Amino acid sequence: MKFRNTFIAGASAILLSATGVAKAADSTQPIVIPLHNWSSQLVMAHVIGGIFESMGSNVEYVPADSQAVYESIRNGDVTISHEVWQSSMGGSFYNAMAKGGLIDAGTHSAATLEEMGVPTWVIDENLCPGLPNWEALKNCKDVFATADSGGKGRWLEGPQSWHGTLMPDRVAALGLGDDWTVKFAGTGAALWAELASAKKEGRGTIIFNWTPNFTDAEGFTFIEFPEYTDGCRIVDGGDGSCGSPKGWLKKAASYKFPKSHPAAYSAYSKISFNTTHIGQMAALVDLENLGAEEAGAKWLAENEAVWKRWTK
Amino acid sequence: MIELFRQRKYLQFILLLVIFIILYQSIGPSETNVLWRFPPLIKAFPIFINDSISYLMFEWWPIEVYDPDIQEYEQKPLVSQFTRMISGFILFMIEFIREIMLGGVKTIVTFSGWDWATANPWAKWPGLPWTVVAGGATILGYALNGRGLALLVGLSTSYIALFGQWEPSMQTLSFVLVAAPVSVFIGLWFGVWAFRSKRIEAILNPLLNMAQIVPHFSYLIPVMVFFGIGDHAGAIATVIFATPPMVRLTLLGLKKLPPEVAESGVMSGCNNWQLLTKVLIPTARRDILIGVNQVIMQCLAMVVLASLIGAKGLGIHLLIALNQLKIGIAIEMGICIVLIAIVLDRMSLAWANKQTDYFSNPTFTEKYKYLLMFGVVFILGIMFAYIGTFIFPEGINYLYLIPHNKGISTAVFWQSGVDWIWDTFFFSLKAFNEWLTVEVLMPVKAAYLGMPVVATFTLAMGVGFIVGGIRSALIVGGFLMFIALTEWWDRALITAYLMTVSVLIAGFSGIVVGTLCAQNPKSTRFILTYCDTFQTFPSFIYLIPVMMLFGVTDTSVLIAIIIYATIPALRYTVEGLLSVPESLQDAGTMSGVGRLQRWLSIELPMSFPHMALGINQTVVFALSMVIIGAMIGTDDLGQLILGSLSDRNGVGNGLILGICVACIGLAIDQILRTWANQRKQALGLN
Repeated sequence: MKFRNTFIAGASAILLSATGVAKAADSTQPIVIPLHNWSSQLVMAHVIGGIFESMGSNVEYVPADSQAVYESIRNGDVTISHEVWQSSMGGSFYNAMAKGGLIDAGTHSAATLEEMGVPTWVIDENLCPGLPNWEALKNCKDVFATADSGGKGRWLEGPQSWHGTLMPDRVAALGLGDDWTVKFAGTGAALWAELASAKKEGRGTIIFNWTPNFTDAEGFTFIEFPEYTDGCRIVDGGDGSCGSPKGWLKKAASYKFPKSHPAAYSAYSKISFNTTHIGQMAALVDLENLGAEEAGAKWLAENEAVWKRWTK
Repeated sequence: MIELFRQRKYLQFILLLVIFIILYQSIGPSETNVLWRFPPLIKAFPIFINDSISYLMFEWWPIEVYDPDIQEYEQKPLVSQFTRMISGFILFMIEFIREIMLGGVKTIVTFSGWDWATANPWAKWPGLPWTVVAGGATILGYALNGRGLALLVGLSTSYIALFGQWEPSMQTLSFVLVAAPVSVFIGLWFGVWAFRSKRIEAILNPLLNMAQIVPHFSYLIPVMVFFGIGDHAGAIATVIFATPPMVRLTLLGLKKLPPEVAESGVMSGCNNWQLLTKVLIPTARRDILIGVNQVIMQCLAMVVLASLIGAKGLGIHLLIALNQLKIGIAIEMGICIVLIAIVLDRMSLAWANKQTDYFSNPTFTEKYKYLLMFGVVFILGIMFAYIGTFIFPEGINYLYLIPHNKGISTAVFWQSGVDWIWDTFFFSLKAFNEWLTVEVLMPVKAAYLGMPVVATFTLAMGVGFIVGGIRSALIVGGFLMFIALTEWWDRALITAYLMTVSVLIAGFSGIVVGTLCAQNPKSTRFILTYCDTFQTFPSFIYLIPVMMLFGVTDTSVLIAIIIYATIPALRYTVEGLLSVPESLQDAGTMSGVGRLQRWLSIELPMSFPHMALGINQTVVFALSMVIIGAMIGTDDLGQLILGSLSDRNGVGNGLILGICVACIGLAIDQILRTWANQRKQALGLN
């Protein structure tokens, strides 16, 4: 059965290339795009969906957890993930790739950074002199202590699914372990609630955050740790005493995508958004209060010059 | 002396406590001391489980499957092909119901394929105007239970439509309309089976506990592999979570029936099936209907979590709104979820209670009046929608569908309410929070973590022994031993600390408030509605304000757990007190009991089985909140379960971690249930 099929496929390929219509048409099966819960991802989902639709493909959106989705991509249930953040999703991304079935479809030109930081007003009011240099942390644990931190300063990290024990390792490696403790917040929303609450109270806070993000507008400053070098993290064999790298923002795709939708995949692999684009997309939702779908349509209409060339 | 000791249980408890304290004091923290922490002997077990499941998911019994999309044959394991067939069917049902209300192409595509549907873009099922669905539901409410229900349904559907939540609400509704009947059916079936066979009952009980407690983050990835991602996966996870209370309540109801009922059925010549459907189930209706209510509530309680594995609807929109801290909009969506739950519950209740009228002889119009009314609404609704295209020539046709977040909004009102609470109470609550954390929670947590493992086992097994003899002691010890031999014992202690504090508060307040409210029909109705509301209102919504007030601390976690875990204690107390037979109350009145005597000697003992189930469910509910706690920020088992999502051996780790949480619940359940059974026997209730 298998042989016959390969035979037929091979024969028809030869036939097709002989007649000069080698380009296979894209399947009409919908391309499945995941929806997560942050603005730029949602708008970009509809932007990319709109690009596919302009090329005649069917598109379907499915809500998904931003870590578990990679397993679905490698099984072919979800076609793409268009915002893979290095620091928080790199682990799931590379695990799925190692198991097979997930392909790296290129990198956006946007530069990202995911790091511990403080709201800028903490620096303006000089709550901890010397910030954003990390060495300042040695002397102002009290500013960042909370009721449950046992007298130590508290780093509020994201959930453990984002980077495992990276932050506790770093605290220990930098020799801050006696003065600082890492607390895992369970969701992005918990981080934002902490930002709002700290501001209200005028209390210092150190949280994990990233840029581009909606918090950029209010002012957020990342702490400058010793520079990242290849292999400096404990998982890579280093001692862990380094900050985060200037991060990438990748695009993932299922192994089926280039085979089932060659034209759409070709466009997808060319897509590359920069920081300005991502900021525009997020602003349509966060500042103009549009729905993600409307925002996607609006961005596509206003930026034809940017995306049209990718579809060719 | 020894005889006295054997009879007085409290003396035994005191001795146990003394031994516990001596052990606690004498063994200090030490890495090497086995009495302090057992060595993690089954550390490799999660990896073994991980490999086994991976084998089952990807390798076992491979068959060749042709994928027309990529024009290749692929090796797929047989099991997942089978599970995919099930999910395909479930998905079709959900899409079918959804498209009746909202329109779409999926139903057509199922029969025609995407190629044809893409080539013929006209072939699209048109959705009904919202006016028709709302009107139809109102008529149904009227037909089932008259004007009151019609009013409730009409107002609820109008709220959902006018506030611009129609589309996500109907998406959520369509998935609940599949998940809930499936849960009711499976639950009824298992309940009857367990009623017939003691052995099945014994096997089912731990499984039901596991199904309710193991956070479904633990098996998120296996579900996604076996069933794919989408509404069907969400529905399956929901069914796993929502079925157990139905089984329990069916069993409870059937067990409570006096044997005379079954005997009279047998005497009238019923066969087995007739006995069940015409005699037993209708007579046990009261408890079975509480089961149906619980299924509906649990289904809607899962809306947010189901959206993480692909369920469309209100869940994902809620998560988005909350991530932007738009609490006002989130509250509006939460109200939609509660309204759907209440409407479905009241309608199913009315339907089940509707008696067939065998004697009337209606005319044609009488017989079909509701259908005729619906016909009128249908035509009017479509006419209005058509007129709407002229009134609103450009953009949104409000008479057909009010798009998401384009309706009226009271978000500003809610938001300012939240802000007001914040401004007014922030500093006093902060002081309270600091006191609670420093003076109560941190010491309790430290005390739990400072327990030598031998002391923990002595205490738990000792209680098991005093309550239920050597058998209970061994069962309790077995469950704990499983946790103790993994490397997560300390994490489990933190989970146990959160659970103990919250169950004590929730159980106590639930029974007290429940008893007070059950004294009067009005307050009874109020408290049951309160239960329905907070069982389904997604805890995330109030968690954001709570986190702003109390920070990312254990206080916030406890508030979340207590709000949710008080519900079963309340509900089962009220239901138990209401189910005390009238004749007993009369007998009490005739013997001249006072108010307090009535409560202590009649009502409390008689409603004991319900209350015991209520406390059992309080423990279960508290443990099922572990994952919500982790989403706020804890360092217990839940946080590790979240972490396992991105871990290489995550499937095995997640599953074993989930089972560890369940083991805590199962150990407590063993003690509570044995004790409850003894009490029941003593009261002659078995």
